[in-house]
Amino acid sequence: MSDVYVLGIDMIKFGRFPEKTVPQLGATAALMALDDAGLKIQQMEAVCCGNLGQAGGMVGQRVLQEIGQTGVPVVNCANACATGATAFREAWMSIKAGVYDLVLAVGVEQMGRGLLGGAGGGSGIPKEGLLGSGTMPAVFAEAGMEHSRKYGTSFEQFAKVSVKNHHHSTMNSKAMYQIETPLETVMNAEMIAYPNTKLMCSVNVDGAAAAVLASESKARELGLGRAVKVKASVLTSDPWQERDLVMPDVNSCTRLAAKAAYEMAGLGADDVDLVELHDCFATAEILHYENLGLCGDGEAGKLIDEGQTALGGRVPVNVSGGLLSKGHPLGATGIANIYEVSTHLRGEAGERQVENARIGMTHVIGLGSACAIHLLEKVN
Amino acid sequence: MTRAKTIPLPRPTALSRPHWDGCREGVLRVQRCDACGSYEFIPQAVCTKCQADELGWVESSGRGSVYSHTTVHRPPRPEFDAPYVVAIVELEEGWHMLTNLVDCAPEDVAIGLPVEVDFRAVSDEISLPCFRPRRNA
Repeated sequence: MSDVYVLGIDMIKFGRFPEKTVPQLGATAALMALDDAGLKIQQMEAVCCGNLGQAGGMVGQRVLQEIGQTGVPVVNCANACATGATAFREAWMSIKAGVYDLVLAVGVEQMGRGLLGGAGGGSGIPKEGLLGSGTMPAVFAEAGMEHSRKYGTSFEQFAKVSVKNHHHSTMNSKAMYQIETPLETVMNAEMIAYPNTKLMCSVNVDGAAAAVLASESKARELGLGRAVKVKASVLTSDPWQERDLVMPDVNSCTRLAAKAAYEMAGLGADDVDLVELHDCFATAEILHYENLGLCGDGEAGKLIDEGQTALGGRVPVNVSGGLLSKGHPLGATGIANIYEVSTHLRGEAGERQVENARIGMTHVIGLGSACAIHLLEKVN
Repeated sequence: MTRAKTIPLPRPTALSRPHWDGCREGVLRVQRCDACGSYEFIPQAVCTKCQADELGWVESSGRGSVYSHTTVHRPPRPEFDAPYVVAIVELEEGWHMLTNLVDCAPEDVAIGLPVEVDFRAVSDEISLPCFRPRRNA
């Protein structure tokens, strides 16, 4: 099977664009990625498009109505917060299968304000809604408190994640916010669901990102120049766990995906130079340090205390600012974090560049659940 | 916490009715697999652990402890009277239930806190299984 390369990738600055339509945002990112690859839409043999809010709305085809109706196959993906990464992976799979040599992946989302998740009525015994527990901050607060239960992780340690990621985003002009948030500011912000304060919740923003993927033969023909190699692409659903039916389990499917990704790439956690992981809430980042093998079980609090995951540390995490500050447009996030890692592997991240980055990891998890992990490698 | 009439209430199905009937009668009923002995909550047609279709209903002691918790300050809809405590309770039999903690101030909640079930009638048909700190812990 052919190796797969990213030839072009880009994202729009995340923000709020009520005057734009979803296809317009997606089209903008698509053109940016095509420009980055030095290619035209006419050269793309297929399009995979990720969007959640208009999942029934043929967003991929409407993107092509903006930038060129070439008649190629379009697949629309919806997979909760793993939507963008799933679209990327569909493109990767079609090249792996030998069907196409050049495929465009687009992820796009327009978000409302306020909390995700609501209280539906329902038949049977709804897990959520009935109890007023059906908000994402509450779900991830409970998951964080489970970590506290096991390892004594403190409110302050969770809050430090937010301090770090907001600091990182001051160096990223494409992030929604470029604002320093000292520890006391984070801890004293409005409490949403203990221990997650408002500054420990990801930002609902509009965004789009896109990537051009190529087979090895096509990449060599066009020139490997700034290409990034996809070393592993993994998607998992929840393996059965005792507590599946009570609380969404954000850990098991990430652990399963990480193990598979390291095996596929022939790499270990020690080989990873930077990580963009799914910090939908500050509590989640702590859990994923351990789930991704960046440290041993119970060591995540120490990792954040010692600054090991900050820029300049042993394994910088969410140097883009992460979902907490760059923003989290659900369908775009998966490709936007591949853009961030690719930018470092290309040595083009400027002020926030992770020195000598060779291997990078991206991780997203959509509750329900879908976990996608990609391992990417510098080519030249 | 108070519950306005507008909070959506569960609609019992054939599968879940034994649980809701129990709540109304003051008994916490849960499914257990006759094949592998594992507990199932919420109600299922087949055991999610071993896939046997031999799930029966048993009575729980209704006693347990707080496994994890959060205090919700920003509720999913305005009818909820925030702040209130959402908890995962580990029952004595070993199964977990997502619930509300009542008669307990948010600052008094702690992991491991001994609790017991407390049924709160919200309609003729529905009583919600909440938990409160155990009096004789």
